[in-house]
Amino acid sequence: MKLRLPLILCFLCGIFMIVQFFVPPFTGVYDKLLNWVMIISIPALVIGLTSLIKLHSTRIIRKTPNMPYSIVAFIAMITMALMGLIGGTGENTGFEWMFKHIQVPMQATMFSLLAFYIASAAYRAFRARTLEATLMLVTAVIVMLARVPIGNFLWHLIMPDSNLPEQVSSWILNVPSMAARRGIILGISLGAIATSIKIILGIERSYMGAGE
Amino acid sequence: MSFWEKIGSFDRRYIFALIALTVIVPLLIPIGMPITTTNEVKSVYDYIDALPPGSAILVALDFDPASLAELYPMSIAILKHAYTKKIKVIGMTLWITGASLGDVVMREAAQGIAEQDKDYAYLGFVPSGAVAIMRMGQDISAVFNVDYSGKPISQVPVMKGIKNYKDISLVVDLAAGSTPEAWIAYAGTPHHVPIAIGVTAVSAVGYYPYLNARQIIGLIGGMKGAAEYEKLIQARGTASAGMDSQSMTHIAIILLIIIANVSYFVIRRKNKKVIET
Repeated sequence: MKLRLPLILCFLCGIFMIVQFFVPPFTGVYDKLLNWVMIISIPALVIGLTSLIKLHSTRIIRKTPNMPYSIVAFIAMITMALMGLIGGTGENTGFEWMFKHIQVPMQATMFSLLAFYIASAAYRAFRARTLEATLMLVTAVIVMLARVPIGNFLWHLIMPDSNLPEQVSSWILNVPSMAARRGIILGISLGAIATSIKIILGIERSYMGAGE
Repeated sequence: MSFWEKIGSFDRRYIFALIALTVIVPLLIPIGMPITTTNEVKSVYDYIDALPPGSAILVALDFDPASLAELYPMSIAILKHAYTKKIKVIGMTLWITGASLGDVVMREAAQGIAEQDKDYAYLGFVPSGAVAIMRMGQDISAVFNVDYSGKPISQVPVMKGIKNYKDISLVVDLAAGSTPEAWIAYAGTPHHVPIAIGVTAVSAVGYYPYLNARQIIGLIGGMKGAAEYEKLIQARGTASAGMDSQSMTHIAIILLIIIANVSYFVIRRKNKKVIET
């Protein structure tokens, strides 16, 4: 029964969610089910927080080499939580100040570093070794140039009345790139449908725990 | 080691320095590159511009500070456009790290042109993304019963008469992740509410199928898209300023790729000759 009950619940909920899509009178039940899902997802945040605390406290207790980072993580977490709980999260609060002047620049900096690594990686790895690599290289250069103002600016110096880089870039994005992307989306969607059916019918049971 | 071999194994710190220069110098000495507008951005502008005053749009600020450089300017531009057109704006986020950011963005865009609660409302963060989008199709207040400041949304004047997507003229998702797909699938398609999206340049390519299938009315991609929107509303902002840097960086990367490939072919030819002899 311990195994069967979740399978039966999953089957009933899955079938109901499919049926309700075509039967309007079920809207009330549908709304209730959505509320349940939202309520269930909130404890997930608590679980995430608990797991974070557990991970960092273990590192501190065991004095691992990365212990100082865990201490910083703890201090940051507790400070932000206290700031929010005591002073609120709105305008001109300590929480907002810390968010705007510490978290925002730090996260933006981390992401900005990508530009440097991409440039370095492109220099080292982007080589026209094969026909496929050459095609990718040429396409990337065209799109890179056409998607920034300097591409058109340089082209207009040669041919003032032509918008060829933009047209070529637009064609690349709207025809070959889109065709590939559509294929990927269709593949993912068919895979998701197949997996959903397997879950509803109880064939796929990995959500109940490893080895089940 | 020959000249080309030295070039091929260039110390990456020089590349970092070059990229830093191409980013910083144009910001200090702007070139003022002409920005051309694309149809995908103009269609978002045209749609919002044609909305009658008093219409309501839902702006989902689904991003965090990491993608601020690209998504902040487009958020400000769209919000300013809506506020000046006297369109009601309902802001929210599906990203927990975007909750405070959304509040800041809504307030900054409103400075001097719109008033909180009267012209716009910020509802804050809600977990369980796709399910929340689905539930909002029936009743927004079932998902957000209070706004970000904790005020019941029944007491927020701008929310008066807005129950679900039927009362929303447009959903704009400004996203750093895959939330546009959820908005399209669970709000746009079943509830027939028009969707416009603004995403980072790296993920813009992935949304062209939706644009082509008219599942979204427009697409603002990266800083370039934001700069185009700034041009359309005639308010030069951080994206327009960043275009010079981005242009120079792209040129620098292209030149680096060309140099690296020349080096690769010269060395390959040399090695071939050595093997033959």
